[in-house]
Amino acid sequence: MITIYVPCDAAAIACGANKVAAALLAKLVPDISIVRTGSRGLFWLEPMIEVATPEGRIAYGPVKPGDIDSLIAADFLNGGDHLLRLGKPEEIPYLARQTRLTFERCGVVDPLSITDYRAHGGYAGLEAAIAMEGEAITEMVKASGLRGRGGAGFPTGIKWNTVRLAQADQKYIVCNADEGDSGTFADRMVMEGDPFMLIEGMTIAGLAVGATKGYIYIRSEYPHAFKTMSRAIEIATREGALGPSVFGCGRAFTLEARLGAGAYICGEETSLLESLEGRRGVVRAKPPLPALEGLFGLPTAVNNVLSLATVPYVLAHGAQAYADYGMGRSRGTLCIQLGGNIKHGGLIEVAFGMTLREAIEDFGGGTASGRPIRAVQVGGPLGAYWPESLFDTPLDYEAFAAKAGLVGHGGIVVFDDTVDLAAQARFAFEFCAAESCGKCTPCRIGAVRGVETMDKIIAGTDVDKNMTLVSDLCQTMTDASLCAMGGLTPIPVVSAMTHFPGDFVPAPLRIAAE
Amino acid sequence: MPSYDAWNTGEATQIVASFAGRDGAALPMLHALQERFGFIDKAIVPVMAEALNLSRAEIHGTITFYHDFRDHLPGRHTVKLCRAEACQSRGAVALHRQMMEKLGVDWHGTTVDGAITLQPVFCLGLCANAPAALVDDEPVGNLDSSAIDAMIAEARA
Repeated sequence: MITIYVPCDAAAIACGANKVAAALLAKLVPDISIVRTGSRGLFWLEPMIEVATPEGRIAYGPVKPGDIDSLIAADFLNGGDHLLRLGKPEEIPYLARQTRLTFERCGVVDPLSITDYRAHGGYAGLEAAIAMEGEAITEMVKASGLRGRGGAGFPTGIKWNTVRLAQADQKYIVCNADEGDSGTFADRMVMEGDPFMLIEGMTIAGLAVGATKGYIYIRSEYPHAFKTMSRAIEIATREGALGPSVFGCGRAFTLEARLGAGAYICGEETSLLESLEGRRGVVRAKPPLPALEGLFGLPTAVNNVLSLATVPYVLAHGAQAYADYGMGRSRGTLCIQLGGNIKHGGLIEVAFGMTLREAIEDFGGGTASGRPIRAVQVGGPLGAYWPESLFDTPLDYEAFAAKAGLVGHGGIVVFDDTVDLAAQARFAFEFCAAESCGKCTPCRIGAVRGVETMDKIIAGTDVDKNMTLVSDLCQTMTDASLCAMGGLTPIPVVSAMTHFPGDFVPAPLRIAAE
Repeated sequence: MPSYDAWNTGEATQIVASFAGRDGAALPMLHALQERFGFIDKAIVPVMAEALNLSRAEIHGTITFYHDFRDHLPGRHTVKLCRAEACQSRGAVALHRQMMEKLGVDWHGTTVDGAITLQPVFCLGLCANAPAALVDDEPVGNLDSSAIDAMIAEARA
């Protein structure tokens, strides 16, 4: 019986992984067994299947159902040569050049096998944490330099300490899995490919701050992640990894996965808490901080999926092992997600400090369309549009902020030379208008006025006057919005206007200029 | 293809009751209702208000805030097309226009034959395989004209 690994990651399924798995079974039962894994994150090679051979796993991809006959003819079950043969997956340069800490197991293990998880180092972090006081765990996370991966980059250990010191009968850990930023998919990959790591991270967080209940708020656009996460919670509960006494340590931690309902704003932590409480996802004013008055008014640590998923590594290997990676105040690894018009899109986990150019050229290999790159947007729909002249900026929170950009959740979307930055600026306003929670005026009204004014600019009506108006509007939104939604929408708009002014002149003049 | 029961306020009330005792139960309730009946009938508003000890206005506010919750049945298949930036960079805007012309519907519209409801969505996390869509929760990537045609044909079959 030969084992074949076929990803069940949503992106692999989107490329036909389920059809490939069915075709393999139809042709090869009873000689093979299929294990569904997460994705290694080399999405241009999906569906990428791996065959277990005596020399290790051998990968083939991208495999279509129609390739199975020729693969069989090439004796792929013994690692035979074929046009689609990629060799050992860990030796594919795209993977070999990465530093996979958080994504070490993703694409390797069966996401719903707790035995597999343990065999690959899982639960070593929690076992260490069980022997420690909450304060010691918090100090360790602080010393690792781990910062919130959701975008804000706030030190995780400091946030935890606030929750730990708060006095309350009930505290909560809330995982923000409302990964709504365009160009990001790392949270999804973790939930679909290595869910026990997130469960372990949340359990450690619970022990650290004294919380006994956790919620994972998952966006409804991720039905597969929700399903896998819910199953993993059931399994972990059955195995005693969650429950009234975690692994018999006498301390309780239980978890529940909750499904969002299609609102981008619920990725904002206070809006997420409102939604978890069953209300409209309207942003709360801060203070009070959620760390002190969060879910149901009680102390709550709200952390991103990747932040929590990285905690087991820190506990298992020590704070210094993690802090040794990175640059400046950005310690550890950054999980870059490369998407859009790119030849080799995927997940790239590397130490902080790699330049944008290395990501999009060395890893990405240029555009998928073969045309020149004109712009990239880093950090989701609220991130800046940058031209080629800024590509040598290192991927680091401070370096990006210094150039009026943001690393955010690490998503990079690449555009070729057909992109119209005036249209993208208009879209930034349109998106904000569609997704604003409506609580504060600059965001609710400003976004609508932004779309109207951009329409005038695109139509060539009083361009100079309207450009001034948009700049002024952006300033108001930046200064006066309640949360990052309205406050950061000006970033894509202003960056497009600053770096691509030629796209904002009336169309007839644009033609004349060329 | 998802199949739904005809709306029945009695059954819906039982679904609401099954969530009693869960903290912040409104969203799980609404998801369960929509999964069973395909939409949320406004008859459930006073029932939920009673069960959750909230005002009817608050329940109405919650239901109407979220893009997911519908007050009418969708078509036999729901196609969610991603409109976000990564998909735009691969020609999604033109592709969506093409599909809407072929189907004769706008966003949120259902085709005359009741086969397809078209929903906009902002990011499916399939950004390295753009343009992307969810067809009844089944992800589809690298969409082009012919993939769209195949999708429509399959939905109408």
